[in-house]
Amino acid sequence: MNVNSLNDINPGEQAVVSTLLSTGSMHRRLLDIGLVENTVIECLGRSPGGDPTAFLIRGAVIAIRSEDCENILVIRR
Amino acid sequence: MGLTNSSIGIKAIDLGLDIKKQSQNDKVIALAGNPNVGKSTVFNELTGMNQHTGNWPGKTVTTAQGYCSTKNQSYVFVDIPGTYSLMAHSAEEEVARNFICFGNPDAVVVVCDATCLERNLNLVLQTMEICNNVVVCINLMDEAKRKNIKIDLKKISERLGVPVVGTIARKKKSLTELMDTVDKVTDGRVKPHPLRIHYEKKIEEAIAILEPVIEEKLGNKINSRWVSLKLLDQDNSLITEINTRLNVDPFEDKEINEALDEAKDVLSEYGIHSENLKDKIVSTLVQEAENVCKDAVIFEREGYNASDRRIDKLLTSKATGYPVMLALLALVFWLTITGSNYPSQLLADFFFWIQNRLTDFFLYVNAPKWLHGILVLGVFRVLAWVVSVMLPPMAIFFPLFTLLEDAGYLPRIAYNLDKTFKRCCACGKQALTMCMGYIILKIEKPHFLLIIYFLNDNC
Repeated sequence: MNVNSLNDINPGEQAVVSTLLSTGSMHRRLLDIGLVENTVIECLGRSPGGDPTAFLIRGAVIAIRSEDCENILVIRR
Repeated sequence: MGLTNSSIGIKAIDLGLDIKKQSQNDKVIALAGNPNVGKSTVFNELTGMNQHTGNWPGKTVTTAQGYCSTKNQSYVFVDIPGTYSLMAHSAEEEVARNFICFGNPDAVVVVCDATCLERNLNLVLQTMEICNNVVVCINLMDEAKRKNIKIDLKKISERLGVPVVGTIARKKKSLTELMDTVDKVTDGRVKPHPLRIHYEKKIEEAIAILEPVIEEKLGNKINSRWVSLKLLDQDNSLITEINTRLNVDPFEDKEINEALDEAKDVLSEYGIHSENLKDKIVSTLVQEAENVCKDAVIFEREGYNASDRRIDKLLTSKATGYPVMLALLALVFWLTITGSNYPSQLLADFFFWIQNRLTDFFLYVNAPKWLHGILVLGVFRVLAWVVSVMLPPMAIFFPLFTLLEDAGYLPRIAYNLDKTFKRCCACGKQALTMCMGYIILKIEKPHFLLIIYFLNDNC
């Protein structure tokens, strides 16, 4: 099993959340959108500037900045 | 009617919120729900004009109460703030939780969005942990139908153990069914048996240690299982509330403290501490919501399908994202600027015609020159300029932006521009208000710069 940060997932790839390292209000925001352990997320694409990146999370498209992606550990599918 | 709080014995005085019952027999219904699920529409349709608004005492959170009655019963509806959860992360969540928990509503109606029911169930499950009399109102059924989402209300109701009603808030008829159900729940004809959420074994063990002690101390005033969970979770704001409202300080009470320490020991034995406990609680809720929706919510068309993907690619890809964005914004600007020229001119002509007539009048009554200067050349002319220059572009720009917003393009602009804006310590969302500022700048009237500052400051 290969653990990556969410930044390593490229558009078109899918991953499963293993650990959230984020803290404080960002952590709670992630939990609120349903980003908990074992959630499947799909990377949809990067913004023209390269950051943030859009993900499909539980049926909703959500953009996350790379500094926050760094704290989301995932396993590539 | 001269009813004072003490004469009708409202328990909510403690809460600081004054519930204004029209008669003593009114039952109190809390209206909860996520933001943007049409909760206000439901509230307005049910209560009509018969409502009043105010603030929650000590909080900058607005509240509304309204009245509505059925054949059998009259109700006070309390519109509690729209939130995603009841974990007291924000002032809104705290107010919502406190009302459900300590406001003693006769029932809680949780409004959900049919198009993303699974996410909305998080709030439903949390509400069911606190109180039994919950009615789930799945709103926007028409929208779900349009998106080919099939919802098996019966199955969801069976799984949740509480009544579930599908509604289309704009259609009065569908709300009648909701009120019928509320009637049945409040008069006891229907007894909800909310689904009990089972956390992982270690957490359940800890709850089992704490729950009997809490039950003994707090009695049936509050759901002891839920309080146990929150004590383990170190929800300090709840503990303060319990202290002030129920006159029991869980931290001062020796027996509670002993049980709490014992329960925490059990948890730490398994490596669970306050930080990852909350994660585990939320995960369980999310998982439970997923289970409830399984086979009961059917997406006949994939939520985010191929055509959505193609459009998003066009709007946000590296090659086409910026050009399309610039073209769209240029189009909006062009329509606004050229489109507002004609009505601006018409308005200006009209106002100056009035100014001339006013001048005629002042001459006719032999008014002093300075009075004419102040009122007509000063006040009236400035007003005329502002209205004729500002009104047309606003009246064109805002509807156009609303169109873009409804089409969902605004979040994509924010997505495209986030990096650029982050460099100036702003975020992509602010791009939009800047556009508005720019539009006004284009009108080439320097004294309106002040207004631009004002608009941009407000975002």
